[in-house]
Amino acid sequence: MDFSFPKEYELLRRMVRDFAQNEVAPLAEEIDRDERVPWETIKKAAKLGLMGVPFPQEYGGAGAGEIGYCILMEEINKVCGSTATVIGAHTGIAAMAIYLDGTDEQKKKYLTPLARGEKIGAFALTEPNAGSDAASIQTRAVRDGDDYVLNGSKLWITNGDIAGIISVMAVTDPALGARGGVTAFIVEKEFPGFIVGTREEKMGIRGSSTAELFFEDCRVPKENVLGQFGAGFLTFMKSLDIGRLSLGAGGLGASQAALDMSMDFAKNRYQFGAPVAHKQAIQWMIADMATEIEALRSLIYRTAWMVDIGKTDREFSTLAAICKLYGSEVLCRCVDKAVQIHGGMGYMKKYPVERMYRDARITRIFEGTNEIQRDVIARNLFRKIGLRIR
Amino acid sequence: MKIIVTIKQVPDTNEVKLDRRTGTLIREGVPSIINPEDKNALEAALQHKERSGAHVVALSMGPPQAEDALREALAMGVDEVILLSDRAFAGADTWSTAATLGMAVQKIADYDLILAGRQAIDGDTAQVGPQLAEYLGIPQITYVREFFIAEDTVRAKRAIEDGYEELEAPLPALLTITKDANDARYPSAGGIMRAYRQQDVTIWDHQAIGADPEEVGLKGSPTQVKRSFTPPPKEPGEKLQVPPAEAARDIVARLKSSNII
Repeated sequence: MDFSFPKEYELLRRMVRDFAQNEVAPLAEEIDRDERVPWETIKKAAKLGLMGVPFPQEYGGAGAGEIGYCILMEEINKVCGSTATVIGAHTGIAAMAIYLDGTDEQKKKYLTPLARGEKIGAFALTEPNAGSDAASIQTRAVRDGDDYVLNGSKLWITNGDIAGIISVMAVTDPALGARGGVTAFIVEKEFPGFIVGTREEKMGIRGSSTAELFFEDCRVPKENVLGQFGAGFLTFMKSLDIGRLSLGAGGLGASQAALDMSMDFAKNRYQFGAPVAHKQAIQWMIADMATEIEALRSLIYRTAWMVDIGKTDREFSTLAAICKLYGSEVLCRCVDKAVQIHGGMGYMKKYPVERMYRDARITRIFEGTNEIQRDVIARNLFRKIGLRIR
Repeated sequence: MKIIVTIKQVPDTNEVKLDRRTGTLIREGVPSIINPEDKNALEAALQHKERSGAHVVALSMGPPQAEDALREALAMGVDEVILLSDRAFAGADTWSTAATLGMAVQKIADYDLILAGRQAIDGDTAQVGPQLAEYLGIPQITYVREFFIAEDTVRAKRAIEDGYEELEAPLPALLTITKDANDARYPSAGGIMRAYRQQDVTIWDHQAIGADPEEVGLKGSPTQVKRSFTPPPKEPGEKLQVPPAEAARDIVARLKSSNII
């Protein structure tokens, strides 16, 4: 058994960590305050192959697989949740869907510019009336000649207003519903009838953009059906599974950063004549954070390893949900403790802790709420012993 | 055009802590990196390659783990990497290192330019670059911030204490590069994967470069390190808690009475 990372991953981690510290961290406060996407960082990241880390080199990616991608998400999230969200939605779900289920032509035409960071990707599933109940989406796609015509709207789409390529889920047969009646499409922002709506103002990850999208008789060529016609749900779920894992990796990084900051603070903050680290209450909070982080670390990289050896079956799906569930909950517990350890300073905008606290909250909600993750885990487990949960 | 860049793998001295008992550096667990000014040398070679074309070879003398430094050089975009690694090379002082590198350079042959970082952050001598040029009998320009290649010559801007001087030398020549020369690029993610999974590091031992094992390494070193130690901490000094004008008068008086001014 070998729990060490091969050398190429150690060098990749060192490079990403340097990049995060030198290029990403200095802008974190500003992009949160001004609600702007850090384009200068995205350009630099693209040049270094960081917008397509998991994808094969033949499609413009770095060829570093899921382990490499989790390393990227872990290290970037240590310094900036917003930048990590922009990259994560782009690589982890939008481009990932095309990588998992695209034809060779689609990969050449769409995955390659995404992997190279020449275009930004978005993943459009959620609608005003379809969040956790993803099966009840209403965006409709109707065949007309050589095209499909899409009508409907999508809500809360990360990168929605900056994406050049959007993976969209639409209903192709209302009678069949989720099983056989939903299809995935690749939409280019230049397609007629594609309209970007309002950009939302958020509690956290404010340096990423979240937008409404409208499809008004939007024409999509039939070649842009992604995956099997009618099996759009499978395509999107496959992508979400892998996305969930990388979200857990992000939680790991941010939790570690919260721990490191808290320890540094506890060492240097003097009260009652000594560093507050000497108080057992603080020590126990630190110990609890460290315990959960270590458990999360092993969980994440073991699950990433499964993807890289090709084991993406139902057992992987369960583990991916556990990674997202545990990663987000560990993070929220860690940032809460971090704010408490920092005392009043944890509440002031001049320290990064309060931004981390706000950035963390969404992780229990997006990419499948933690309630849905628990459903998925339980359902998969019972199915193994012969019971299908209704 | 063939450019050879000599690099060294060093401990990241930013991360190094001191063992309070022995006063020496604690090297365990300290990450190894490419010496920073060697990275500037690599960057200079790569920029020249991008502008005008060149075959860039990175060369290093070190233990087997120095291979990681060379793989990082490959990931940055270097064409070929060679590691000089042999028990016989161990314990080399700067001259022995330069001579060994020199033998390797002669084996590589047909080079136009050698670039080296000005100084390593562990040894801090800045000797190997100049010694290598002497061994090879080629001109050297040190503390280079900028250079231009034209036909068979190199023009370099060299940093001196209060400004610059511009020197010209015929090729082949050796330049030592300072950190002001450029901002070294990060290795790309794809480059890192390729460097470890698809590319090779050539390893040369003493036989490969035709070296006599009695004349390299510690045996080939005219100097030896007798002791390494950190100087005792400075006295805390005296803080003058008085208004600035009065403090200035006091300090000047003390400096005068100590005959410093």
